[in-house]
Amino acid sequence: MPTTYFSEDHEWIAVDGDTGTVGITDYAQEQLGDVVFVELPEIGRTVIKGDDMAVVESVKAASEVYAPVGGEVVAVNEALEDNPAAVNEDAEGEGWFVRLKLADAAELEDLMDAAAYAAFAESQG
Amino acid sequence: MATENKTGNKTGPAALRTPLYDLHVAQGGRMVDFAGYALPVQYGGIIAEHEQARSRAALFDVSHMGQARIVGARAAEALESLVPGDIAGLGAGRMRYTQLTDDNGGIRDDLMVTRLAGDASGDALAIVVNAACKDDDFAYLGAALAGWDCSLEIDESAALLAFQGPEAAAVLEAAIPGADGLAFLQGDCFDWRGVPLWISRSGYTGEDGFEISLPAHHAAALAEALLACDGVAPAGLGARDSLRLEAGLCLYGHDIDLTTTPVEAGLAWSIGKRRRAEGGFPGDGTILDQLRNGPTRRRIGLRLEGRAPAREGAEICNADGAPVGRVTSGGFGPTVGGPVAMGYVAAGHAAPGTPLALTVRGRALPARVACLPFIAPGYRR
Repeated sequence: MPTTYFSEDHEWIAVDGDTGTVGITDYAQEQLGDVVFVELPEIGRTVIKGDDMAVVESVKAASEVYAPVGGEVVAVNEALEDNPAAVNEDAEGEGWFVRLKLADAAELEDLMDAAAYAAFAESQG
Repeated sequence: MATENKTGNKTGPAALRTPLYDLHVAQGGRMVDFAGYALPVQYGGIIAEHEQARSRAALFDVSHMGQARIVGARAAEALESLVPGDIAGLGAGRMRYTQLTDDNGGIRDDLMVTRLAGDASGDALAIVVNAACKDDDFAYLGAALAGWDCSLEIDESAALLAFQGPEAAAVLEAAIPGADGLAFLQGDCFDWRGVPLWISRSGYTGEDGFEISLPAHHAAALAEALLACDGVAPAGLGARDSLRLEAGLCLYGHDIDLTTTPVEAGLAWSIGKRRRAEGGFPGDGTILDQLRNGPTRRRIGLRLEGRAPAREGAEICNADGAPVGRVTSGGFGPTVGGPVAMGYVAAGHAAPGTPLALTVRGRALPARVACLPFIAPGYRR
């Protein structure tokens, strides 16, 4: 059973063993509105925590998606190319962005659990 | 995730409220700051609101825009000294798009002008200007018109609703008999339950539709009555922007500003024949020269080949990768079903079909010059 962590930049990462699946939170997709394009990284790219890893474009604006932890990109959600609206429909499931092989599991300690993130998102209004 | 949101930031306490503020909040509008006003960027979603205006009827609050009258025996002549449009040739109840130009031929603002039925005391024109420009416009107009014995009467107590879409006419006719009798760019006075309305057949979406000016304290009641009709839903600033972009209409401060002339902007159609011959407006030397000899750059439409949108500011390059211009508006066109943009390029690259590339995040996205508008307009002429 994976454990899901959340960043203050509104990414989630569901960690199972040494890999984590990353996406943007339901709160984030709600704020963005209709997603019309997602730009994903190359498989094999190494990212460090906080790197621009992907771009999500809504009707009105482009937003950077940051790596919540460092690692190597081992998979990307190619289904988003044809169906970017999956990010709106199921942000924390079918709308995932990338799968990372974690560089350092200790970086997860800086992230929030679901309850802490819910309170954080609430405070963002 | 970090968002750059050009449509507006969350509203601060200083934001002004339109007469429909409470209704927007009650309808679930996401309020943002736009030109100092708290306005809804969207209710449910921009794409759905866009489609609402394209297929049925959408109601927009545009009360933030500046409404005023120019009154005086020489009102048309006076305004013609400030704009290149043919104002003297406007019949009573007829409406026209024009621009306030400056001495360089740049655009101070763009506006709609309507000739009201004159009476014994003389002529009267109604104008609607952009919210972000209205304070400057009114100061400028007030000073300039005084020399013509004309007065500027700013109407701060009027709301303005835009009711747009192919079903708007039938809905409005049922609520306000006679409204559907208006022709495109015609306006008249109407009465709704004792409330005086000024309705024109006009808008900013590329669809058939109406703009309704009325006393602020009756605006919510009319909006609620229209929203209660079958086929009507509210739409926000996000859809207003995507609709006007697909319709190829300029957004002041983005597609046109002091650095662009009406000719460069592809607005020469709005300069009347007599004005071309006579001049007599600010920047007429530059503008008439560009009409004769062609401008060095032109506003164009752009269709991107992929799915990634290009936004305002993106560099436009020719097939060899050399910069030839910049995007001034860009995004996803819901009706087009893909990314669309407008921008300026050197005149030699403006022919429809010309292959160009737009630089987005360091990558060259292939695009072609497209005819404007991107969609077939639904204007009822």
